[in-house]
Amino acid sequence: MTAAEEERSIAPAPILRIDGLTAHIAGQQVVEDVSFTVPATGITALLGRNGVGKTSTIKAIIGLIDRTGTVELDGVRVDREPTYKIIRSGVGYVPEDREVFSKLTVAENLRLAERDAAPRRQLVEELFPDLLARSGQMAGTLSGGQQQMVSLARALLNTNKILLVDEPTKGLAPKIVAEVAETLAEAAKTVPILLVEQNLQVVRQLAEGAVVLSGGRVVHTGNALDFLNDDGLTQRLLGVSTEAAHTEAAHTEAAHTASAQTPAPAEKGAAL
Amino acid sequence: MSTLVLLLFTGLGLGALYFLVAAGLSLIYGLMGVLNFAHGAFLTLGAFTGWEIARRTGGDNWWTFLLSLLVGAVAGALFAAFTEFVLIRRLYQRHIEQVLVTVGLSLAAVALFDGIWGTDPVFIQGPAWFKETTDILGARIPNDRFICIIAAVLVLLALVFFLKNTRYGMIIRAGVENRSMVTALGIDVRKAFTLVFTIGGAAAGLGGVLASHYFGYVSPLLGGSLLIFAFIVTVIGGLGSLTGAAVAAVAVAVLQQFANFYLGGTGDFVVVLALALVLLFRPSGLLGRTS
Repeated sequence: MTAAEEERSIAPAPILRIDGLTAHIAGQQVVEDVSFTVPATGITALLGRNGVGKTSTIKAIIGLIDRTGTVELDGVRVDREPTYKIIRSGVGYVPEDREVFSKLTVAENLRLAERDAAPRRQLVEELFPDLLARSGQMAGTLSGGQQQMVSLARALLNTNKILLVDEPTKGLAPKIVAEVAETLAEAAKTVPILLVEQNLQVVRQLAEGAVVLSGGRVVHTGNALDFLNDDGLTQRLLGVSTEAAHTEAAHTEAAHTASAQTPAPAEKGAAL
Repeated sequence: MSTLVLLLFTGLGLGALYFLVAAGLSLIYGLMGVLNFAHGAFLTLGAFTGWEIARRTGGDNWWTFLLSLLVGAVAGALFAAFTEFVLIRRLYQRHIEQVLVTVGLSLAAVALFDGIWGTDPVFIQGPAWFKETTDILGARIPNDRFICIIAAVLVLLALVFFLKNTRYGMIIRAGVENRSMVTALGIDVRKAFTLVFTIGGAAAGLGGVLASHYFGYVSPLLGGSLLIFAFIVTVIGGLGSLTGAAVAAVAVAVLQQFANFYLGGTGDFVVVLALALVLLFRPSGLLGRTS
């Protein structure tokens, strides 16, 4: 057995395997023959320029849009199942733009998401103490950051095999971005995450693996940091230079470390 | 003054009937995006089965009336559940086909009712109290108006309680807002679809029995004639809004009665004019979602 074969044989099986995924929206092909795997631990970033099909790929995985191809969750093929069954088989979904139910209260938004016999309410209360205080408030009246917390809380209430998180920091203030990243890092200790994220600082901070899409196809897979450190590659595939982002990330990390010295729960609550 | 009061209560009674039909229509469209042209058939079936049970139990007393309400609501609910389960379920997201199927079903239902109960109106006997009047500010209000109003208010309160305090109510409210996200939380929204159709059918069936007492007869075309105004109520109130349907039902019916009396029988025209104005200046309806 060669070293590579030995490494493969002891490597844990991927939690999610996508093979030949092709998706359409209103007759228009938005994802073309996409294949990749997501390991059973850590955060894998799904990257690409705007409009390359990242959100469509996430939606296609759980059957929210018409698609063909194979989707295997923990070794079980789920692509023939309706969306609600795929979710029930252990997928937590945090959509782009939060999609909280604006005319339902925070508590109702969370209750609606409970599908386990023993939902992890205590974990959610610890991670998002402000949501508890705002439980009777209509979700539509929350700030963008607070809505994102509701959206994340809905996914974390249940025990999942994987989280699909779509642009969780989009449109949020830097301080909230740091809190969202912190929450994801905490969540990733217990559940693997497939993360769509435009903020490369967050990707650098969180992701171990990277899958890069272009024109609806996978054009690169590998280690996230290796990819982000290759300025030529990121320039070509993402259209951005990571050097500037890297410098900014260092600043953000320093600021974040400083802010972490204050009592975390109180600060998080205040920010929410 | 007495004329105003009489018109107001007659309008409220008619509004109650509009609401009982429009409540189901509005929830069905709000949750599923289905324009259910067969909804009038649920009402007509409720009216005929209610009348049948009253006739067969041989009474024109309160117990017979209450039994006819129950039977009418159950018949409407079963017909609606059957319609959703057998015909509509396969056609979600296929709006043209939905319209064709529900229009076809409404026509077929009228033909079926013609075959069973004949084409002529069947005149209804209710409790003797219904034929009496109650004096309010000098106006002699037919008592059946009060029954319609009370029934509609009770249905509204029951629906609001159900929507606010039960898990399925929560699913329906969430689904009206964002159906695909409800599914993406692992909820089988199709069960809510069947439930909403069933509730809408029950309200329409109940409305059918009440309408037969309000108008004094039942005919195969009863549902169709009320359905047109229920659609107008649904649009004016805001698709998917139960409260909007209640407000619009009262507004439309009272406006219709006053226009009929004071503007030379132009009630229907004025209602259509009101619909046009709402569509022009507030297309989402009085209490509907703004796009």
